[in-house]
Amino acid sequence: MESRREFLKEAATGALLLAAQGSAAFGAAADARAEAGKSRVVVARDPALHSPEGKLDEGRVIALLDRAITTYTGLNKPAEAWKRVVAMAGGPDKVIGLKTNGLGGRGISTHSALVFAIAHRLEETGVKSGNILIWDRNARDLQACGFTISTDPGRLRCYGSDVAGFEDELVSWGSARIRLAKILTRECAMVIGVPILKDHSMSGVTFAMKNMYGVVDRPQDLHTGGCNPGVADLNCIPAVRDKVRFTIGDAMSSVYDGGPIFRPERLWYPNALIVGEDRVAIDQIAWQMIEKRRTEAGMKTLEAAGRPPRYIATAADASHALGTNDPNRIQLMEI
Amino acid sequence: MKRSHVLKSVISLIAVVVLFHFPGCKKQVANPFPTSGDVAGWQKTGDTRTFAAKDLWQYIDGDAEQYVKAGVVSTVTSDYNYQSRLEAVVDVHTMGNPDGARTILENAKAGDAKPVQLGDGGVAYAQSVTFRKGVYLVRIVAYQSLADGPQALLALAHGVEAKL
Repeated sequence: MESRREFLKEAATGALLLAAQGSAAFGAAADARAEAGKSRVVVARDPALHSPEGKLDEGRVIALLDRAITTYTGLNKPAEAWKRVVAMAGGPDKVIGLKTNGLGGRGISTHSALVFAIAHRLEETGVKSGNILIWDRNARDLQACGFTISTDPGRLRCYGSDVAGFEDELVSWGSARIRLAKILTRECAMVIGVPILKDHSMSGVTFAMKNMYGVVDRPQDLHTGGCNPGVADLNCIPAVRDKVRFTIGDAMSSVYDGGPIFRPERLWYPNALIVGEDRVAIDQIAWQMIEKRRTEAGMKTLEAAGRPPRYIATAADASHALGTNDPNRIQLMEI
Repeated sequence: MKRSHVLKSVISLIAVVVLFHFPGCKKQVANPFPTSGDVAGWQKTGDTRTFAAKDLWQYIDGDAEQYVKAGVVSTVTSDYNYQSRLEAVVDVHTMGNPDGARTILENAKAGDAKPVQLGDGGVAYAQSVTFRKGVYLVRIVAYQSLADGPQALLALAHGVEAKL
């Protein structure tokens, strides 16, 4: 995407698209009632999101996002649904971080169209532009997503830990002994995780929880044992556990093998967003999506390939208690 | 032969042995990247970035371990553009020995890989080419899919191979 202005133009088209095409399914889904004791995860799809040539129709992204959020909240109107999201931060005067993932480079990073759509809806809900902070490890990762670095407090901010730095103090939980990004500890009242779904050569899958490797100074120290228990331990560190309250996962495109770097020969288009508060449940669902695609491609399961994402079960165990990986305790809503 | 000449010869011999037998001191090519125009249609569009093995995670965190395990010494990378239509990145990994390069190449192969005659062996897909030559493992990846993309990538790969 070339600019935010272009995005806003296309977003308007997308909103019209939603009104024209999505209202019936949208209304039906919004009527669904929460199931007591279950973690809700919404998988919202738009098969037309990518052209047969693999080009993303950016104008459709905001419509898909609205469907996902309204379904998740059970509220018909996007404006009302987004108020709920902003309320999780403590109100529109708080700083909300959008933690992207640009590690995979230009080919397989969080799509800027999605991030701009989220920012646009937050602004409409009353959050000042300067109180929205798009961030990741460093400028390179952010630029890989298509962002321009900006520290101007008067407009949408975008910078990485290479600008803001890390805390001097080491914090630990289990195997994780790390220094946290100051963006997380000092600037954001709440963080919305905006990871991109990928296969991972060590951990099996990288998505909601693994995205937090981008908030520490030395992520490579957490990769042993297939990132287990590193991922789960890191997510238990209070600032990570408490501030990262919501995930709007980008599964619009993905790599189902050979990740986390860009493997064009293993690229696929789920054309989906995966939304929820329970990061464990989200990763469980994301894992199943990758497994399904691998099966379709005639590939080994991640277990057979020797890299099942064991950290998901670890994150769900009694000592971590980050969420549930039990399918019977996940209310999966696919729209 | 004077004593100083003998000493010089011994030191030179030791230097050669160290250079070619210790993984950390393997020959690293001065510049494996074709300059703009060396390969028809291709422009080098980015600075060359260099990563020592211990810092490779900064570039490919999560994927770095397989290279480290295989004995990578350093990695250099640069962006390219083909006729303003196709963007690509070229990674050149210098491994400790040819077996390391072979290991990575084997890992990169999948059922639909097309073998290509490059260096000591290589594979191509629609948007990528990977090959090895001695201690070097080269991976070229395009960000777009074009009808003439595979041919263009192969031409660039030959350009890189010629500089190794």
